[in-house]
Amino acid sequence: MNRNISCTVNSKSMTWQIDIRMSLADLLRQHGFTSVKEGCGVGECGACAVLIDDVAVDSCLYLAVWADGRNIRTTEGESKEGKLSPVQQAYLDTGSVQCGFCTPGLIMASTSFVEQHKGQKVSREQIRKGLAGNLCRCTGYDGIVRAVEQCIDAEKK
Amino acid sequence: MAVGKSVQRVDGVAKVTGKARYADDFTMPGMRIAKYLRSTIAHGRVLTINTSKARVLPGVDGVFTYQDIPKTKFATAGHPFSMDPGHVDVADRLLLTDYVRYMGDEIAIVVADSDLTASKALSLIDVEYESFQPLVNSEDILGDDAPEIHKGTGNVVKTHSFVAGGNLAEVREECDHLIEGRYKTQIMQHCHLENHTAYAYMDDHQRIVIVSSTQIPHIARRIVAEALDMDVGLVRVVKPFIGGGFGNKQDVILEPMVAFLTKKLDGIPVRLRLDREGGMIGTRVRHPFDVKVQVGLDKNGTIKLINFDALSNTGAYASHGHSIISAGVAKTHYMYPRAVYSCNAKTIYGNIPSAGAMRAYGSPQMTFAIEAVMEEAARLVGMDSVEFRLQNGARSGDKSQITKKPIMTCGLLDSIRKGRELIGWEKKRKEWPKVQTGQLRRGLGIAIFSYGSGTYPVCVEPGSARLILNQDGSVHLQVGATEIGQGSDTVFAQMTAETVGISFDKVHVVSAQDTDVTPFDTGAYASRQTYVTGQAVMRTAKQLKTRILDYAEIISGLDAELITIADDNIVIAETPEIAVMSVRDVAVDAYYDKNRGGQITAEVSYKTRNNAHVFGCTFVDLSVDIPLCRVTINEIYNVHDCGVVINPLGAEGQVHGGMAMGIGAALFEELMVDPDSGRIYNNNLLDYKVPTIMDIPDLGAAFVETYEPSHPYGAKSVGEAPVISPAPAIRNAILDATGVAINELPMTPKSIFKYFKKAGLL
Repeated sequence: MNRNISCTVNSKSMTWQIDIRMSLADLLRQHGFTSVKEGCGVGECGACAVLIDDVAVDSCLYLAVWADGRNIRTTEGESKEGKLSPVQQAYLDTGSVQCGFCTPGLIMASTSFVEQHKGQKVSREQIRKGLAGNLCRCTGYDGIVRAVEQCIDAEKK
Repeated sequence: MAVGKSVQRVDGVAKVTGKARYADDFTMPGMRIAKYLRSTIAHGRVLTINTSKARVLPGVDGVFTYQDIPKTKFATAGHPFSMDPGHVDVADRLLLTDYVRYMGDEIAIVVADSDLTASKALSLIDVEYESFQPLVNSEDILGDDAPEIHKGTGNVVKTHSFVAGGNLAEVREECDHLIEGRYKTQIMQHCHLENHTAYAYMDDHQRIVIVSSTQIPHIARRIVAEALDMDVGLVRVVKPFIGGGFGNKQDVILEPMVAFLTKKLDGIPVRLRLDREGGMIGTRVRHPFDVKVQVGLDKNGTIKLINFDALSNTGAYASHGHSIISAGVAKTHYMYPRAVYSCNAKTIYGNIPSAGAMRAYGSPQMTFAIEAVMEEAARLVGMDSVEFRLQNGARSGDKSQITKKPIMTCGLLDSIRKGRELIGWEKKRKEWPKVQTGQLRRGLGIAIFSYGSGTYPVCVEPGSARLILNQDGSVHLQVGATEIGQGSDTVFAQMTAETVGISFDKVHVVSAQDTDVTPFDTGAYASRQTYVTGQAVMRTAKQLKTRILDYAEIISGLDAELITIADDNIVIAETPEIAVMSVRDVAVDAYYDKNRGGQITAEVSYKTRNNAHVFGCTFVDLSVDIPLCRVTINEIYNVHDCGVVINPLGAEGQVHGGMAMGIGAALFEELMVDPDSGRIYNNNLLDYKVPTIMDIPDLGAAFVETYEPSHPYGAKSVGEAPVISPAPAIRNAILDATGVAINELPMTPKSIFKYFKKAGLL
């Protein structure tokens, strides 16, 4: 069975006719948002995380029909006019990118965390809790914690 | 100067913006989906298989079983071809099988128009099995009446035996102390975030194109040709961005199958993508080791001998099994190279998933045993754990007992001293009580490691590079090396910029591998890319520089000897502030002058005939909660001698990632097998405990830089080694805190409970 949905992806309005069984991850990938990665397909790894109304969600577990009327953000939309977002830049500055497969999901989870903690003092423990849904096998997470810290510190200034 | 700087990785922007394309991000019109039918028993035979209902399901293009495949057995290990018949890989695999060797073995495959149709077709295949008792434990596998998992093998893949550096029996007589231990390591899984995936199509009636997530495109090309009995030149392997490998993609797993399927189906594009559950059993795992070790000491605490009796279970198929334990023994002997080193090692088959290459290739398992028994030895003779290693560890000029060659550069002792300072070893030793009581106890631990840079002299070590000067004065660099996330493309760009004399951002690295186009290199494994491929990159860069200067001489009339390249300009060598013209000017003339020139390019293929040894250590400070049997790491440092660090930020990232994987090995990770059925309990990322960000503490990475004379930029390897020493260091710190020696991995609360109970702590 198909249904029409309308949503915003990276500030652009979209109307799509979709199979109601489809996941949001598959829908986004089919339409070229291939930053959305599938590492497990069942919500274990976080590689497919996108922001839905600014909340990080595993899009593999989220039915595409639920996206109707929602505002979706993926990594593709975070850099504007060739300039990286502060989180994207911080990932590069701290050496938090290796194979890059978990990176888009982690950048979205980090972006959500940074936006939610604007102007606040946060501990490394809080950062870790905020990103606990995303696995990374390459970096040991050390740079990732520092990347988020760097963004929060920059916001405070 | 680009070498030695923390430049931003060349693929960084592509990766943070999501623009980097991995194998699954490419598609073609009409692409079909293939899915394996995996066995539901761990050991037995397929008696009948009925695919008639699946074949007629609308949307199904084909169903293939063991009856339809080529009967040529092939080896899957990602090694270069060996000209020595005694050193070839074990060819024990067919594309599909009717003899089931592990639960999940591939007995049929379906090709259909969608994922759903393929899954439905699989459910329509009826299989009747004859089941045998799965052989999971070594006692059963090597039992007198055990059935042979592979005919004619006695369930033994290979044995290795050697004594190096003296007469074992004589030296044993001279020892004042003999210490023995037995140590067991677990099955681990790589858990790279991108699963194995590949697709293939045909260009004409003969040529097959394969796009795959592989660490070894050039090797994959050869093995596909062998498996399908084709000419190598008719197979093209393309490697786009890769979502991690850690050795699991140093094995040819999906490529022969997708090539076979497209060939069978008249060249239509066919994708075979493993899901996480299939990948965790159907690719490769880390070999579990069972190591008995004996160490002999004199009364001064000097190590005189190290003797192993080691067993490794390679599972259903040999893969790298025959070489992992021998590599593990050989690479670890550089830690304590003045002792007699002897080994009896055996690799066996078992009805568990196939084990293959995984980061550091046997060294983590051996080092767990060695550094555990060394800790016992230090304690027996009453020496401080650090002093014991400073007294016995490798020094520059020590000779390898195996190769008889001297160790050129060795920063082991400096790295131990640095780690001791970082962790505050002496201060903590003074301040902490000698014997701890109570529920929460703190401990300090150390473990050292040695490793290699590449595989020489066991395997050939070729590296190749090609440089093309563009019209704008930038260059394109093609290498046969495989960027899989470790950052090799970036260090090659740094080397090129440094040697040619142009800016780092003027070097464009062709990251995708395409065996039709890119020069030959065997790929990403054995921590070889910076060390081995770097040799070719330097030589190519030198050649390009010479050619640019020779052409600049023609244009400018200045003798090429008088000029050089600096900051993208042709300058007077003696007075580099005087620019004669830009590299761009040279390029434009070479491309477009009607009467002279031509495109300026350079290319070198170079075989490295050295192996530089790397050293280092882990220091850890941890707390043990006795009633909860839980370990909390307070501080942890890895210190590395990897020669000159080409990119500090990149090297630090490699160390951090390895440490996290080492902590996972120590405290969390184990692929668990039911001993009766051979079923894997936890083939998913929820039940298999890959460390999350909550599980990994702040990590400390430090370096002691040596200058390795056998490398053009003084570098040695750094990729795999960081994973080796965390687990034994943590084990030794738990011993320090509690007095309890834990001799198996992982040291989860479940396993620690057993030991604490036995020791009377609980």
